[in-house]
This record gives sequence, C-alpha cells and structure tokens, in this order.
Amino acid sequence: MVLQKHIRPFSDIISIIFPAVIDPMTQFQPKAVALISGGLDSMLAAKVVMEQGVHVEGINFYTGFCVEGHTHAIRKKDRNKPKRNNALWVAEQLGIKLHIVDVIEEYKDVLTNPRHGYGANLNPCLDCKIFMVGKAKQWIQDNGFDFIITGEVIGQRPKSQRKETMPIVARESGADDRLLRPLCAKNLPPTLPEREGWVDREKLYDFSGRTRKPQMALAKQFGLVDYAQPAGGCCFLTDENYSRKLSDLWQARGEKQYELDDIMLLKVGRHIRPAPHFKLIVAREEGEGRFLQGYKNRFTHLQPVSHGGPLTLIDGKPSEQDLELAARILARYSQGRDAEMVEVEATQAGQSRFFKVPPMKPHEIPAEWML
Amino acid sequence: MDAVTPHRVDARGLLCPLPVIRLQDAAKTLPPNSLVELIGTDPGILNDVPAWCRINGHQILESREENGEFHVLLKLGE
Repeated sequence: MVLQKHIRPFSDIISIIFPAVIDPMTQFQPKAVALISGGLDSMLAAKVVMEQGVHVEGINFYTGFCVEGHTHAIRKKDRNKPKRNNALWVAEQLGIKLHIVDVIEEYKDVLTNPRHGYGANLNPCLDCKIFMVGKAKQWIQDNGFDFIITGEVIGQRPKSQRKETMPIVARESGADDRLLRPLCAKNLPPTLPEREGWVDREKLYDFSGRTRKPQMALAKQFGLVDYAQPAGGCCFLTDENYSRKLSDLWQARGEKQYELDDIMLLKVGRHIRPAPHFKLIVAREEGEGRFLQGYKNRFTHLQPVSHGGPLTLIDGKPSEQDLELAARILARYSQGRDAEMVEVEATQAGQSRFFKVPPMKPHEIPAEWML
Repeated sequence: MDAVTPHRVDARGLLCPLPVIRLQDAAKTLPPNSLVELIGTDPGILNDVPAWCRINGHQILESREENGEFHVLLKLGE
C-alpha cells in the first residue's frame, strides 16, 4: 500500500510530460492537422503545437501549380539537384504523418474565379488560403480532429497574410476559431484551442512583418538547421513569366479554363505565338525534349530531319501556311540555323509531310511572339 | 489478388507528387502487409516514395530502373 502511494497513475505521468493538454480524468488528447507547405513557417507552427503535447498530423494540398516535384524532373540541368518533396521531408523531420491531397480539379474554380482577386501575378493567394483551410476544416470533421494549424504570420505576405485578412480566412473557410496560427497567435484574439486549454497561449508567439529572423531563431532553438527557403513562395502562379503564359493560354482559348497537361506544358520549353490560333512549344534541351515526347501524339508536332533540332509541339489549329511558318521558326533553333534550307517533318493526326524552309533569323521573330 | 502478386499502381507520365498521391490512395484501399508495385517515369519517386514509406511505416523491398521506368516494390505496414 505504501508503495502505491509512490506510484503515479499513468494519466498523472502523461500530464507531467504534456502538462498543457491531456486531461487526466478523460485522457483526452487534442488532435490538430497542420497545413504543411514544405517551408519553414508551417514546419515551425506544427512543431510549436507538438511541443505542447497535441497530436499533430500534416496535410498538403497539390494544386498542380506547386513548385515541388515536376520542376525538378524535367530539365536535364536540374537532374542532379536534390529531388526531395519538401512537405514529405518536413513531415519526416517532425515525425508526423502527412496526407497529400489532390485538389487539382477543385482548384480550377479558385484560380479562375477568385472572389478576392489576384496578387501581383495570377496568384489568388487569399482565395487559395481560404480554400485550403476550408478543405482542412472538412478533413478534421471527417477524421475526428479538433483544430487546424497554419504557419501564417501577420504581415508576412502582402496579399494573404495581413491583419485584415486573418479573420477573413477564418470566417470564409468555415474554420472560425478552430484555426490556430501559433507563430502570431498572441497578436490575434484567443482561439478555441487556447480557450479550452488544449494549448497554452503563453507558449505561442507574436511574430509579425516580413522579417524571417524570429523564425530562424526559433528553428535554431528547435535544432532545425535544414529547411527550404523558397524564393517568391511555393507556387508558379507568383511567377511573372508563368502567369503571362497562362494568361496567353486563356486569351487564345477565349475562356479561363485549363487541364493539368496545359499547366505542366507552360513550364516547359520556349512558347512562341505567331498568331492567336496557334503557338509553338520548342524544347530547350534534352530533358524537355524527352518530356515533350510524352505529349507529341496528342499534338501536331515538328522535328527537323536534315539537321539535329528540338521536338516542337503546336498547340492550336495551324493551317498549311502556319505549319510552314512554324517550320521556319523551329529551323532557327535547330543545328541548321545557319544553313540555307532545313527540312522539317510535320506530323498531324498521324500523317507526315515535309517542309524545306529557310531558317528565320533571330531579328525576324518579333519580340511579342515570345511568351 | 493472391498473396504474392503485388497490387500495381501505374504512375507513368505523372510528375511528383502525383505518383505518391496515387500510391497513398491505393494504400488506403488495401489491407496491411499488402505488396504494392509502383511504376513511374519521374525519377523523383526514388526520393519521395521512400520518404512516404518512412513516415507511414511501410517498407521498400526493391527499387530499380528499367527502360527509363522506375519500379518500386513495397510492403504496406500494419
């Protein structure tokens, strides 16, 4: 009996290890899902909450525009770069599960009809955040989790992470006060996890502004030394060149629609539009040529036969005259660029024909054709 | 499907992370200890699939390249 006095019940031990959260009476351990982008902020946000004894799992949404993945696989010069998926890598560092969710189809409406408009390019950052938090809200409902964590910091991003937008994201996503931003929580009203004592507000942070120093200091405190530092975010839509090509695609098609293949192809090759009804996608190097090979049977495509040169896809409905013009443009990028004539094979619906054309000179290709 | 025939996930032509997503979605429908063979063309799967397995307690049994395609054989965890 004396011995028993010195043995703490298991629930007591757990409550010593995780003082903020596990109710010794009910054994309730709160569960949170963290939006993991693969960057530092979301990694830290998840870590801060894990440190308080909350069960955390990660969720990552794949829109088709994420810089992760496909950028690494295509160009030969990038083949030797590390090809890790940063969201998976972060989850592994944190020791949490990661659920990667394909939202390609649903995201089309976010991108084509953003209620809050675009940022500097075609980046609908605020609508994107609302959409993702809303998806996470649905996920916690379906999986019996209690709240959502994001790595948002007030003032960190000009479009989506401002003092005024924080309540908009919470409200329009439907997450309301089940949305916790551990890195800037002290600058915001207490949320449900704080009021319920699932997390200790005093152990959350009050980061704000564009500086990265507090995050880097916190990472150091946690012993995190290797983390992704994406320049300009993790989305192609923040990229000016990419957005210009997407805008051109919509204009040429007369509607703001796209398929996954369209947005993949916008990352590959030179895009040259000599006329509104067709454009060329010219492989810039071997890796891109290999990538375009996978698409060639779905497109009219050109290849020089008298000289070495890149595979070129034609997106649109070119006439015979257009094909000849496309052959001349392609010849300019072939090894026969200085030759008098280059022979080009054009294949359309399985039928081949050949054009012998003089390569265009660089100055003959108007700058406005280059997307 | 018998015990030794792996469930096949064809992710050829897909770029990461889609092969991992297809694998993850297939794994949800399969019982523990199932064998799964992922076939893809994006070399990124050689990094992403092992990371995904480590996180979720699955085991890579074999990975190889054959004619420009990557084959990863794995056993789902408990």
